[in-house]
Amino acid sequence: MFEYLKRLYHKFGSPRYFYDLTGKMLPWLVALSVLLLIPGLIYGLGFAPPEKYQGNSYRVIYIHVPAASIAMAGYVMMAVAGVIVLVWRMKMAEMVAKSVAPIGASFAFICLVTGSIWGKPTWGTWWVWDARLTSMLILLFLYLGVMALNAAIENAQSAARATAVLSIVGAVNLPIIKYSVEWWNTLHQPASIRMTSSAIDPEMLYTLLTCIAGFYCLFGALVILSTRCEILSREQRSSWVKKLVGVS
Amino acid sequence: MADSIVSEKVVVEEVPSLWAGMLAVMKRDLLIAFRQRTDMVNPLFFFVMVIALFPLGIGPEPSTLQKIGPGVIWIAALLSTLLSVDSLFRQDFDDGSLELALLSPQPLFVLAFGKMLAHWLVTAVPLILVAPVLCVMLFMDGDTIMVTLYSLLLGTPVLSMISAIGAALTVGLRKGGVLIAVIALPLYIPVLIFGTSAVEAASLTLPYAGQLAYLGAFLILTLTFAPFAIGTALRISVTSQ
Repeated sequence: MFEYLKRLYHKFGSPRYFYDLTGKMLPWLVALSVLLLIPGLIYGLGFAPPEKYQGNSYRVIYIHVPAASIAMAGYVMMAVAGVIVLVWRMKMAEMVAKSVAPIGASFAFICLVTGSIWGKPTWGTWWVWDARLTSMLILLFLYLGVMALNAAIENAQSAARATAVLSIVGAVNLPIIKYSVEWWNTLHQPASIRMTSSAIDPEMLYTLLTCIAGFYCLFGALVILSTRCEILSREQRSSWVKKLVGVS
Repeated sequence: MADSIVSEKVVVEEVPSLWAGMLAVMKRDLLIAFRQRTDMVNPLFFFVMVIALFPLGIGPEPSTLQKIGPGVIWIAALLSTLLSVDSLFRQDFDDGSLELALLSPQPLFVLAFGKMLAHWLVTAVPLILVAPVLCVMLFMDGDTIMVTLYSLLLGTPVLSMISAIGAALTVGLRKGGVLIAVIALPLYIPVLIFGTSAVEAASLTLPYAGQLAYLGAFLILTLTFAPFAIGTALRISVTSQ
């Protein structure tokens, strides 16, 4: 078992193997995300039963919740890749970490925008300094910091290692930020509007779960696509890339 | 053959203790700071001026100033830390002493810790000493001023450490300044929240020990882990050149 894992790890460490394998995976992942997202979103946005108190405006959760979940998972993924970069100096982890950052930032941005669109009819304002909103905004800032650092350093390898340090520091800080923001918010406005923890209708729940799974597949496909571009640009001098793109 | 190996004398040089290494770095940095006093005073002037701008921008009503006072002082402290940290490793990087620090027998995090301590003594302590005057100018009362001092005392080392990580990551780059801000500002948020809320609680005569305890916990956490991050970051920045 361990030997098998080790072999798999070494295989994934090779850009060429990664490129071949993800090339085979990509169509399936894209198909899966289309298969999940199109029915999920159409049903969720069009036909799922309206919510008792919020009416139709709640439907934004079918985009909002998956985006929030992916934004957070993306940061964790980046930090884990960062640990792999610093400890084992794995080249592929550098490329994956670099590709995740802008995609995770986009999902954080989508989460904020959809949340604010939902907030206007429900809370009557575009923005509330609520703990959840604020911590998502800070997550977006952390992503932007990581991206800025990565863009500022020219040498790809040292950029990746510096970014790895930053994303690990950010990941350690993230729970602290989250809890302190929650603490700050409860101090300042005790009766903020909260999602009631009442049981969610199964029809809504399954639609939501479908959308979450679909968005995760989309996220995977986007990360793979972006990583493949990164592989080609970094390995452009190697013979297999030259052969692949038809330049000798 | 065997004789020659035996007769070879292996000279093991005494390596100074960790403590000695840290103190040496600290002493050197303090000496440099006192030789360039303007660099030392500038963050302080910045701190005072930013705070002086707030009444000019918002209005001189004591009630308003009293309300925003804690936040103003904390944000000014945060910005002046950010300003001073840009030059923290740059001089050493330019003249090559950072490379020597990397090659020294002492682990890098010990040296980084010494540097941070010197930096904090030189930039943050004057700021804490001036803060009571500014608190009075923002119409805070006696007890609140004391809590402001406590919170700054516990919080500014954390700020220094966090921004030092940013400075260490960007030391090899020409356009470091703004980048440090983008990297470090989101990480400051917990300190800002607990620092200001301690002062606010004190101004409402509420218990504030909890907030100060949280600041103390952040201080212990960063003192323990940040030197390692700074050391790693410095190694990456220097070896990538």
